[in-house]
Amino acid sequence: MSLLWLRFALGCYFIGLVYAFVALTRTSDLFSRIALHAASLGMVFHFVSLAELFLSGQVVWASVHNGESLLAFLSMTFFMIIYAIYQTTSPGVVVFPVVFFLTFVGAVDQQPVLLTQFVSHKGWLIAHIILIFTGYAALVLSFGASLLYLLQERRLKAKKSTSLISFLPALEVIDQIGYRSLLLGFPFMTLGLITGSIVAITTYGRMDFLDPKILLSLLMWAVYMIMVFTRWNSGWRGRRAAFLATFAFVAALAAWAANYFSAIHRFAAS
Amino acid sequence: MRFQLIGVNHKSAPLEVRERLAIPESRLPDTCRDLRAYPGIEEGMVISTCNRVEIVAHTTNGHADLRGFLHQHFHLKPEELDAHLYEFREKDAVRHLFRVASSLDSMVVGEAQILGQVKEAYATARAVGAVRGQLDQLFSRAFAVAKRVRSETAVGSSSVSIASVAVELAKKIFGTLEGKTVFIVGAGKMSELAARHLMAHGCASIFVANRTYERAIGLAQKFNGQAIKFDDLYSTCDRADIVITSTGAPHAIFRREHGEQFLARRKNRPMFFIDIAVPRDVSPEMGKLDGIFTYDIDDLQQAVSSHVADRRKEAELAEAIITSEVERFEARLQTLDVVPTIVSLQDHLETIRQAEIDRVRGRMGQLTPEQEIAIEALTRGIINKVMHTPITTLKTAAKESEATTVVDVVRRLFNLHDKDAAAPDKKNEVGTRP
Repeated sequence: MSLLWLRFALGCYFIGLVYAFVALTRTSDLFSRIALHAASLGMVFHFVSLAELFLSGQVVWASVHNGESLLAFLSMTFFMIIYAIYQTTSPGVVVFPVVFFLTFVGAVDQQPVLLTQFVSHKGWLIAHIILIFTGYAALVLSFGASLLYLLQERRLKAKKSTSLISFLPALEVIDQIGYRSLLLGFPFMTLGLITGSIVAITTYGRMDFLDPKILLSLLMWAVYMIMVFTRWNSGWRGRRAAFLATFAFVAALAAWAANYFSAIHRFAAS
Repeated sequence: MRFQLIGVNHKSAPLEVRERLAIPESRLPDTCRDLRAYPGIEEGMVISTCNRVEIVAHTTNGHADLRGFLHQHFHLKPEELDAHLYEFREKDAVRHLFRVASSLDSMVVGEAQILGQVKEAYATARAVGAVRGQLDQLFSRAFAVAKRVRSETAVGSSSVSIASVAVELAKKIFGTLEGKTVFIVGAGKMSELAARHLMAHGCASIFVANRTYERAIGLAQKFNGQAIKFDDLYSTCDRADIVITSTGAPHAIFRREHGEQFLARRKNRPMFFIDIAVPRDVSPEMGKLDGIFTYDIDDLQQAVSSHVADRRKEAELAEAIITSEVERFEARLQTLDVVPTIVSLQDHLETIRQAEIDRVRGRMGQLTPEQEIAIEALTRGIINKVMHTPITTLKTAAKESEATTVVDVVRRLFNLHDKDAAAPDKKNEVGTRP
């Protein structure tokens, strides 16, 4: 049943995905309102799906399905918070495709990879997953914002006639969205890694730093920290910030993908 | 409808021609009087702005020689002027005037100034008695149409002057202008105007630098700002978010290395340079830096014209409104055309009735009050019944093209005459008079 709700949510997010592509070429207030309503409805279905899963007691926190679904939901929550503050749907250009992809993977009935080891401290594991996913969601948004920043900067520099009626919010507003997401996500990511380490140490009794998952996670965290630092210290934005954000995003994807190769970090069946 | 309109505008005539036709405000009343006195013209007025000179008239026969008036009044030969003139009659004249008042015929479509100018021209002509019934109606309607166009379409919504485009661009960069700092480099009229716009949108403080320090102080005082010595320009400039520069320097005064310094000191927060100097004050190389946005005078003008393109779309909506309003105006005028005939008919029959009652009184001697009432009711009743069909027919005909014929037939049948009966155009001879 939970999967059914998730598929409804996927249908709604699909409208958001279409919006993301259309918004790149033209501005339509009506369509952005439709996309917003569809996304809100999608979140309701999504929430029902997650809640049902949780209440049924069948929740397997570390499964691919549930994990990606949770990440998508958190990303949407971030998007809605930004909408509430800045009244702009334009981060959706990046967030909607990512959320659609994550929900799609979550909604497909595939055979998941198994978590090989028994985890002794379930509470830490849940904390680890929620924290790290919130960090991921913030990173997705920050990455989206930096792409939009580049787009808006290019439009303004090109001095094209459309620059005045572009759908994007002001450059400084995009910058703030990106920076605030970055700042918000960093503590979550850090705490997520710490709780993850605790889980690893209590389960295996040691940390295997050569494990691809741990290596890539640390790399991602390092890039994240550099991003926050350069931004705070010298106000990097525009092209340089976008490159860095892209790099962090790729590192995050790699760290995520490493689940499939890691010896210690594997998903359970859902 | 015997409206005629003749004139030149920014599209039909070059500036040199418009200059020769332009009428200073002080001479406008005299021109209106001359126009009114010109053969064939019943009412007339003149609209003279920097982009157009137009004469609108209500004529006795719809074929007044307005060209002749222009040649005579401005001492111009036909070959100098005629190629640039446009001329409209009747419905087309009404349409053109509605378009002018609604700012659809303006160089910058949707600008608000033209309506005020037309209103002034109207007031001037009215004051000297050159505008009365017909033009009065036409212009009242034109103002109402302009108002309708403005409220029902977005034709006048986006601001267009270079200064306000600068404000909009600044908003695209900074979001809100609250608390932003403006730096004026080179005190000039244009930069002052731009600064005024920016301050009106929330910019908090202002710096002014000028080669002549005293002028900088003078301008700074106007805005409660701070004057900066020109030598300190580079050391203070990074404190400004928006720089308006318009010096007469022969070379760029802001170069790439300056931009790099500013950005380093500002921790890469963006800066917006509005360069209205010719030759330019900001080197193109500096504009390529991340975080520096430079708009020179051409870029601003281009942004202005792109606004104009947006307005064109709205203008299509406005044109539809104009078309329907022209139809309405025409229909209304035609209904008015039959009213005098109806009144004459009623007068005519009333005269007959009174004469007949008097005749009866003469024959029958003194009548009792009851008899008086009975005769009054009887005769009035007969006349009302007889009149009913012709009046209805006239009113119906007024809305159709056959109005002239029906009016003509009724007038002939009942042998109706009025003061203007000598006018050759029967349809218009019953036009309303104030």
